[in-house]
Amino acid sequence: MSAVTSPVLDSSLEWKLPYRGKVGMACLIIAESAIFSIFVVAYLFYLGKSVTGPTPREVLETPIFFTICLLSSSLTIHLASKELENGHRKTFLVLWAITIALGALFLFGTAMEWHRLIFESGLTISTNLFGTTYYSLVGLHATHVTVGLVMLTLVLLFGLADRVGMEQSARIATLSMYWHFVDAVWVVVFTVVYIVGR
Amino acid sequence: MSSDAMAIPSATNAARPWVEVLHEWVTTVDHKRLGILYIVYALLFLVVGGVEATIIRIQLIRPHNDFVSPQVFNRMFTMHGTTMIFFVAMPVLFGFANYLVPLMIGARDMAFPRLNAFSFWLTALGGVLLYFSFLGGNGLYGAGNAPDVGWWAYAPLAAKAFSPGPSSEYWTISLLVSGFGSIGTAINLIATILCLRCPGMTLNRMPLLAWLNLVMSGMVLITITPLSAAQIMLLIDRYLGGHFFDTQAGGSAAIWMHFFWIFGHPEVYVLIIPCFAFMSEIIPVFSRKPIFGYPVMVGATVCIAFVSLSVWAHHMFTIGMNSYANSFFVITTMCVGIPTGIKIFNWLGTMWGGRISFKTPMLFSVAFLFQFLIAGLTGIMLSSAPFDWQLSLSYFVVAHFHYVIVGGILFALFAAFYYWYPKMTGRMLNETLGKLHFWLFLLGFHLTFDVMHIPGILGMPRRIYTYEPRPGWETLNWIVTIGAFIQGIAILVFVANLIYSYFKGPEAGNDPWDAWTLEWSVSSPPPNYNFASIPVVASRRPLWDLKHPEDPDSRYE
Amino acid sequence: MGRFDQIRKLPSKAPGIAVLLAGALLAASLCFGAPGDPSPLPSIFDPRSTPTKSIEHLSYFVLSVTGLIFAVVFTLLAYAVVKFRKRPGDDGREPAQVYGSTQIELAWTVIPILIVVVLFLATARVVHSIQDAPKPENAVEVVAVGHQFWWEFRYPQSGVVTANELHIPASEPAHPTPTFLTLLSADTDHSFWVPQLAGKTDLIPNRVNHTWMDPYETGIFLGQCAQYCGKQHAKMLLRVYVDSPEGFATWVHAQQQPAMLDANVAAGRRVFETTACINCHAIAGTVADGRFGPDLTHLMSRQTIASGAAENIRANLRLWIQQPDAIKPGSLMPAMQLSDADLDALVDYLQTLR
Repeated sequence: MSAVTSPVLDSSLEWKLPYRGKVGMACLIIAESAIFSIFVVAYLFYLGKSVTGPTPREVLETPIFFTICLLSSSLTIHLASKELENGHRKTFLVLWAITIALGALFLFGTAMEWHRLIFESGLTISTNLFGTTYYSLVGLHATHVTVGLVMLTLVLLFGLADRVGMEQSARIATLSMYWHFVDAVWVVVFTVVYIVGR
Repeated sequence: MSSDAMAIPSATNAARPWVEVLHEWVTTVDHKRLGILYIVYALLFLVVGGVEATIIRIQLIRPHNDFVSPQVFNRMFTMHGTTMIFFVAMPVLFGFANYLVPLMIGARDMAFPRLNAFSFWLTALGGVLLYFSFLGGNGLYGAGNAPDVGWWAYAPLAAKAFSPGPSSEYWTISLLVSGFGSIGTAINLIATILCLRCPGMTLNRMPLLAWLNLVMSGMVLITITPLSAAQIMLLIDRYLGGHFFDTQAGGSAAIWMHFFWIFGHPEVYVLIIPCFAFMSEIIPVFSRKPIFGYPVMVGATVCIAFVSLSVWAHHMFTIGMNSYANSFFVITTMCVGIPTGIKIFNWLGTMWGGRISFKTPMLFSVAFLFQFLIAGLTGIMLSSAPFDWQLSLSYFVVAHFHYVIVGGILFALFAAFYYWYPKMTGRMLNETLGKLHFWLFLLGFHLTFDVMHIPGILGMPRRIYTYEPRPGWETLNWIVTIGAFIQGIAILVFVANLIYSYFKGPEAGNDPWDAWTLEWSVSSPPPNYNFASIPVVASRRPLWDLKHPEDPDSRYE
Repeated sequence: MGRFDQIRKLPSKAPGIAVLLAGALLAASLCFGAPGDPSPLPSIFDPRSTPTKSIEHLSYFVLSVTGLIFAVVFTLLAYAVVKFRKRPGDDGREPAQVYGSTQIELAWTVIPILIVVVLFLATARVVHSIQDAPKPENAVEVVAVGHQFWWEFRYPQSGVVTANELHIPASEPAHPTPTFLTLLSADTDHSFWVPQLAGKTDLIPNRVNHTWMDPYETGIFLGQCAQYCGKQHAKMLLRVYVDSPEGFATWVHAQQQPAMLDANVAAGRRVFETTACINCHAIAGTVADGRFGPDLTHLMSRQTIASGAAENIRANLRLWIQQPDAIKPGSLMPAMQLSDADLDALVDYLQTLR
């Protein structure tokens, strides 16, 4: 026998299970959160324990503008996703492109900050515990932003080639989840590094 | 052209060119084939890890032995541990999960078949990379050879200062790579179980194997990742001049231990929970009764998953934490024993009042119950911190965890092999060889691991390539080594059975064990697409309902 | 590699049957070590100080509880396996399909919880009594520093510096003189384990740990490093000499003296002082003040060298300097590449350092 049927089958049985993309992405986010948590714990644990070198208070400047950029990109991607669900492809593409621009701006800001820290403040990953934990944590986040931007750009390219429509909105929503996650991580990293850590 | 997942060699099948068969296997995204690839891969490494264990045991058969040098010995125990955990236990359990979960929930495949294949090949690459270390280059004083820092790679021993050369990198990177493979499979299992169950199969009606693999996968997401994070930190220390574990720069050796054991303890539950799943499927069938207390079994497992996240520092009772911290981990560790014990009682309750038939799967299952009980009890001993101050880092602990891993996990795996091999290949494993395998392995296991507790009590620490001729140590070590050889022979019998039965075993048919879950409703081996039409279920034992229409489970659930 | 012909072995093992007998007696003697015996067997069930005695008592309690649990569950399992097995004359019907029982589940949840509470309380009591024991004024203080692959012992109260063989006084119950150790590490993780005297405590770099012991009677107690620390972890052995209070005072006094100066071995002393030896080793009263290796001021007051790996006799000393890999391959002692004449002179000198 290859079909197993129940003797008491309710033909009006509604069988709706979650979308596998969302579940998969949620799992990935959980796993990534665990990795970030370990780096945050290391950062907090080593606060004030550096034996030498510049302290956070001496060299860190709070990147308010670039943070606003990144957090706004969460808003724009959310709007983009909604527009696509309603079939407004052009608006979706514009908002999507703005999201990428904001994300790229954030990365640029990080690059500028690192340049200043390395060449003006003399803080590298090997300088002291602060340097090690700072660059690792912020760098891990920046890596995730980069990967996200690559994915978003791919979608932009497909969108420009007119391949992204309403039918893809579930996948776009899944990708947006990742982007929201990256932003949420930044909220945590920002708090830990620039507020608590100083 | 056969559309079977695995063609049984028979006269009616046209011979296909071997290149085609090879290509199919290498490019497959079918969960059944990937499952078998995982299992075969794990079996190969089981033999390799066993050889490493044998080398260790030969070296320790008498004091001041010189079978291998200390450098080689230290590589052996490092590689043995790393291999067995990451390239035997994890793959074989993921292999069984891969094969069985879609079938048991009435699905056609996993949620992400390509991710499935990718995860397998990542894991496979990890193993190859780890073993490349033997060949990769000796460097100065063998510094490039296989890793020799123990499978925990404690800092600062694993730091550049004390482990120059790339040997530690082989450990770190191979585990990072295979770790990502594990995370991929875990994501896949969760998505499959949550999104692809057949109509009628609510979470409350899902086979326990699916439930437990769901819990295990959830654990993997937050268990493997701390290790990955710690390994990235180690790489930063070793290559970018970081100071995470650099005690000269104010870094902490203890924080590596915390990060490692935050992975390491839940990891052992990751390994044992799928084995609980096997027991929960096999014991009912051979007792001819449903599992006793299904909701409690689910609840206990979820409980174990959560509590196990809070016990990690019982591996660190000796590092000098204060008495309050130590006491905290004492109570959490003892607590995790409660739901675990409940599970043992529930399996007993399943057997109670049943009609138990002692085919090979059940023999291994009963042995599992006996041995897992003992392992749990020695665990309770270790959870009592002062007692642990004597027992930890000694051969008592080595005996304890081998009792869990060999006496528990491996025995449960053997049961699973004998139970599901017919489904995977269409042939029954030989019962006589199976019983021989069982009794030989049981003898060897107890000879080795019962006796091994004693040298620990008599003061013998672990990870030593030789020992002083203290009274009793030599005889005890000698017995332990003999037991290892007997286990080796038993494994050979097992492998012979696997190969022989593939060609000569009696045909199994759909349902050789008169079982009740969906995988037994399809042919052995199942067709490529699993089910001609997706089943609809109304109870936890859909096949029981079909076989006993006068008394279906659906009436009572 | 690993040639131990020249190293005098510790008491040779008895042949065949005697070993079996010894094994049986051993099992019996695990709990009943006779006081005053030299103790070649570092068994955790032969405690000779307060912390290990408390651990022993706790462990008996834990063993009774777990033993009881084992007996009950095993009996049930064995009974089930026998009583509920399928008989040949079975009619092939399925047995009663029982899904569960709330009362039974409650019972076997509540009882384990109670057991855990009892075990925890008993355990926590001992944890506190050992870890939070106050240090009395007349405690002997020792600072133990773990190295790859040897033990450095310093006595801050008397300025003594020695290696590998720890001397402490016996502690009379009337006026106890326990020894409190501070545990440090110079490189990787180690663990101080002398089973009869104290539970093990790790030595971790950049961390200060503590342990204590108050041995009841004199004797020699064996142990070794328990935390894998590299190639020669296996031979980082420990010997604790518990002396009588007077014996201990004598020992301390002798150790406080600078090195013996014997004109007969001046040649050897010159070899020592002009070779790399002084980079790693210290000899009080000479120019040698290296701290990387063991202090050699009173080398000949120790029974073993290489942290217990070999007996301290001339042949072994000579071999250790010339070819350390023959005794302890992978240790950090370099082969000194001395001519035979120089080597003999050096060993002559070292043998005067009592």
